[in-house]
Amino acid sequence: MTEIFGVPTQALFGQLLIGLINGSFYAMLSLGLAVIFGLLNIINFTHGAQYMMGAFAAWFLLNKAGIGYWWSLLLVPIVVGATGMLIERTMLARLYKLDHLYGLLLTFGLALVIQGVFRNEYGSSGLPYQIPQELVGGFNLGFMFLPKYRAWVIVASLVVCLATWYVIERTKLGAYLRAATENPALVQSFGVNVPRMITLTYGFGVGLAALAGVMAAPIYQVNPLMGADLIIVVFAVVVIGGMGSIMGSIVTGFLLGIVEGLTKVFYPEASNTVIFVIMVIVLILRPAGLFGRER
Amino acid sequence: MERTSSAPGSAPTVAAAPAAILSGTRGILLMAALFAIAPWVGLYPVFLMKVLCFALFACAFNLLIGFGGLLSFGHAMFLGTAGYVSAHAAKEWGLPPEFAILSGTAASAVLGAVTGLIAIRRQGIYFAMITLAMAQMIYFFCLQSPLTHGEDGIQAVPRGHLFGVFDLAQPLVMYYFVLAVFLAGFVVIYRAIHSPFGQVLKAIRENEPRAISLGYDADRYKLLAFVLSATLSGLAGATKAIVFQLASLTDVHWSMSGEVVLMVLLGGMGTIFGPVAGALVIITLENYLAPFGQWVTIITGLIFVICVLAFRRGIVGELAAWLERRRYR
Repeated sequence: MTEIFGVPTQALFGQLLIGLINGSFYAMLSLGLAVIFGLLNIINFTHGAQYMMGAFAAWFLLNKAGIGYWWSLLLVPIVVGATGMLIERTMLARLYKLDHLYGLLLTFGLALVIQGVFRNEYGSSGLPYQIPQELVGGFNLGFMFLPKYRAWVIVASLVVCLATWYVIERTKLGAYLRAATENPALVQSFGVNVPRMITLTYGFGVGLAALAGVMAAPIYQVNPLMGADLIIVVFAVVVIGGMGSIMGSIVTGFLLGIVEGLTKVFYPEASNTVIFVIMVIVLILRPAGLFGRER
Repeated sequence: MERTSSAPGSAPTVAAAPAAILSGTRGILLMAALFAIAPWVGLYPVFLMKVLCFALFACAFNLLIGFGGLLSFGHAMFLGTAGYVSAHAAKEWGLPPEFAILSGTAASAVLGAVTGLIAIRRQGIYFAMITLAMAQMIYFFCLQSPLTHGEDGIQAVPRGHLFGVFDLAQPLVMYYFVLAVFLAGFVVIYRAIHSPFGQVLKAIRENEPRAISLGYDADRYKLLAFVLSATLSGLAGATKAIVFQLASLTDVHWSMSGEVVLMVLLGGMGTIFGPVAGALVIITLENYLAPFGQWVTIITGLIFVICVLAFRRGIVGELAAWLERRRYR
């Protein structure tokens, strides 16, 4: 068996793949957080619960309505995003004039409520979700076996992330969004309906989390607490990347997924904490984050 | 003492005559008296001790959020670490309870200094996320370390004899010891808030750049507040471990960090007695809701939402405002 640094290549590439998969989810979730933060100045603590809702919604559609994975990819983000917009209109909108910390507290409370309700219904054991027919099986790359579904997740999340980046950085709609991030009052005076834009942005960020949830459903089990610990790691990713740039959060997400995967190979005991350790080091060396700017 | 006047919109720490009871020395004496007679009017000492430990924890947290404007979302790490250290000291090293508690408190002070130095590099929302992430790091450490016994926790911690004389295995002796610890911690916080240090802290909360331009080293004040808060949270956690003879993962989990935020939010951020009221309500609620499983989480979450949307001054803050309104009618 071939070895690199005394580690079998099979194990190394296997963990790298898992790292890339985790990184895909970190990237999609931290991207959603960054987009929401940019316009609303709120850290969306409910993000993990909304990711979980996405996975559950996909499970519901399959098991109660017979609607498969591909339609779920389209429908679930819309439905969960709509619940997000409802939350924004009825609750978050009342907090914009207050200290930003209240937004954090409100979304934390909502996360508790949502996770509690789902746990009441489904307990804390996971529900299985089948890999769609088209993506069963895998490719033998010679040095490792690559399951089709995992390859799909990495590619799809890259496409989603880059598309989001493109829309925000290169289109007119994105220009309005960036302008509203800098100075909402001015943009409003030009006739742009900023409150509606805020609602849609929040819905979009939430939809992104739900999309990640659908994609995660066949890999991890569908579990009421699947987002609870994940969101804390994603917070650390956001602190490391800094929320100044969209591309920054995408790159940081994938990068940290890979680093975490490699840690599992070389020093498994630290794999849970490595991202937090990196966060501490980054805070000491570059307090604004790798891609952030001091505000 | 009541010469401080807060800016409009800030937490109502100022007490005019009728509301003085909600912030003055008389209030502290009244509270001490109420707690002293509580076990004699049918309240269960173990329940009261739990309330007192969490009340101290909440007061320590309030020092940071209510007066420093720093929202830490990782305070469970101080409660839990101190609990583990003091339980270990009492059980494995056989230290008497007073030294076990002291060692736990000291451990939290050190942890507070280290995490504080890192966390105060960022402000606002980032500060909350960083403290949360660091607490999660400590959680995973406690989960994996052989010293903490993982999921089991450190069980059957001996209560021992305080100063070699008082037998803490007797509920009432334990109770009055916990009450003494709580009151000592409470007075330290009260004095800190009303000292020049507390005034500068409030100035930094209201307008940090201005405080810096006046020559105050804001980071030093924030760090000191953070360490003080961590130390007193540790005192609460260490005492709690001795009371319940148990140190477990529950106390380092992020949900515990959320719980203390809730207690302070519900009781009233930036008020003197708010955290105590908040702890009392939440612990009572948990006691009654314990048989209903997940409903505790749901109701906790709902209280969060209601407090943030409609009840931001909290119980004591609303009470003070009501007394104030009545006075000017």
